[in-house]
Amino acid sequence: MEKARVRRILVEQARAARRPGWLEFWRRFRRNKMAVVGLFIAGLMFFTGIFAPWLAPYSYRETDLDAVEQMPSWKHPLGTDELGRDQLSRLIWGARTAVIIAPAATLVGLILGLLMGALAGYLGGRVDALIMRLADLLFAFPGLLFALLVAATIQPRVEAWLRAIKGLEGFVKAGYAQVLVVIIALSAVGWPGMARLVRGQILLLKEEQFVEAAVAIGASPWRIIRRHLLPNALAPIVVAVSMGMGGAILAEATLSFFGIGIRPPTPSWGSMIYDNYSFWRHPAAPVLLWVPGLVVASLVFAFNFIGDGLNEALRPGS
Amino acid sequence: MLVYMVRRLLWLPVLLLLVGLITFALGLYGPGDPVQVMLGPRANPEAVARVRHELGLDRPFFVQYADYIWKALRGDLGESLKYRGQPVGRLIASRLWVSVQLNAVALALGVALGIPLGMIAALRRNTWLDYLTISGVVAGISLPTFVIAPIIMWFLAFRFRLLPTGGWDGIFSQRIIMPVIVLSTGSIAVFARQTRANVLEVMGQDYVRTAWAKGLRERMVIFRHVLRNALIPIFTILGLMMGSLVTGTFVTETIFGIPGLGRLGVESFFSRDYPVIIALTLLVASSYTLANLLVDVGYWFLDPRIRYE
Repeated sequence: MEKARVRRILVEQARAARRPGWLEFWRRFRRNKMAVVGLFIAGLMFFTGIFAPWLAPYSYRETDLDAVEQMPSWKHPLGTDELGRDQLSRLIWGARTAVIIAPAATLVGLILGLLMGALAGYLGGRVDALIMRLADLLFAFPGLLFALLVAATIQPRVEAWLRAIKGLEGFVKAGYAQVLVVIIALSAVGWPGMARLVRGQILLLKEEQFVEAAVAIGASPWRIIRRHLLPNALAPIVVAVSMGMGGAILAEATLSFFGIGIRPPTPSWGSMIYDNYSFWRHPAAPVLLWVPGLVVASLVFAFNFIGDGLNEALRPGS
Repeated sequence: MLVYMVRRLLWLPVLLLLVGLITFALGLYGPGDPVQVMLGPRANPEAVARVRHELGLDRPFFVQYADYIWKALRGDLGESLKYRGQPVGRLIASRLWVSVQLNAVALALGVALGIPLGMIAALRRNTWLDYLTISGVVAGISLPTFVIAPIIMWFLAFRFRLLPTGGWDGIFSQRIIMPVIVLSTGSIAVFARQTRANVLEVMGQDYVRTAWAKGLRERMVIFRHVLRNALIPIFTILGLMMGSLVTGTFVTETIFGIPGLGRLGVESFFSRDYPVIIALTLLVASSYTLANLLVDVGYWFLDPRIRYE
């Protein structure tokens, strides 16, 4: 009985060791059911965002003043807004904006944070003090007010700059200048958190005995980084990136809620909430206002759980 | 400890100077002209130039900033551009009290409900109670204010007409119910999540195993050994939340029309009321820094293992 159990565990361990890394990772990730649900929701967002032009039944900017603020019907499954634009189409096109902004803002924040955090952690001393004081400084700002100020300040400059570049004038017209502005503002607010995390990981790992041991047996720096530092520092960073994606979607919506950030007619979930906000007591409010809001919330929810699942799957020795 | 504290306190004025500088620069180079906002779009250019001169807005950047700092040091934060003639200090003080009351109620509710919830979830780990709490917690954290607020308003103020839609009447008025629900959803979730994680971590510690091994009764182990240690990190969150007094209520106060700091921040942003924006930013930065310092001092008292160089 006992022997059979031990045997089973040993067989499972041997199998796990022989499985390719990603398959083992997927097996661990799958154990968290909520994480799988989160992955499905996030996947749906990317799919909708990428294939928006083929999925949307109407154009996102086509107005129909004979059919404003309509309740859901067969013609408009999610009703129409105050200009008679089809809500479902705007929701689908909003996914495209989210699919551009969230990864881009997270990526820029990640690159800046990795660079600054690694510099501070490796070099220590003055560089460390300078970078960390800068991070402190940005942390002390009221985040939202800072993002609003940055967005409002750089908006006309980014637009003028894009207009000056030949061939990019269309970008401004298509609303991509605002997208760029939001990405810059969000990464300006987001990088200090990532830098602190990376620095903390590096400081922690530098002291670890297995790193010391690896140095002692003469492992090359490249091997130490690849085999010891990266796998151990990876988990918290990947988790932070996943949660950061949800955070970016939420932050974009918040900026747009204040009318900074993405503005109509460019479709974004945040600006849909902003547009429909004054209709909160309209009978169609549950579809006009709640649906885009709940879409934002469910994505934040999804990325949170994906983060949890990644945390469990990536932590070595769990 | 004392040296550490003094060093942290000495950093504060430098930080404030830099925060002020950045905000000042964003204000000056930002879009929108406060004078134009003040006088309306059809004001004649001469009047704009005259008002600008009167307010000293035509001087070089660093002269303006140095002048601001010099006056601020003597307690003069200037006058609001939107509410003409109102000193910024008095404007902020009157709004601050409202925000403090609102936040105190929401925080108290967050602590009173969040901590027991997290405790129960941890002690009943992997039961349906735990799963329910975790899902509720993540939902609470994910739901943005501008999503919960209209939903609650639609039900309570519009559909069933139980409550007025907004406004402020002190903490004993029914007007506070909706904003407190909205604000405390997040804080209950944050406290519950953190408490659960801490309790689980402490339960795995050697001294808890020792306590069990000594044959202590369950109540003793939980209250004496687990909870006392698990609650220490909660102070960090409490500190961070106090620091985000203004930011946390931006959306809520705007939606419910509460005359607090958050709404003042939004108003001043839209009317380019830079004296107010800068003063608010400085207030947030200093309260955030001081709250963090207090948290560290609190740790030092509560946890004898922690020592700062």
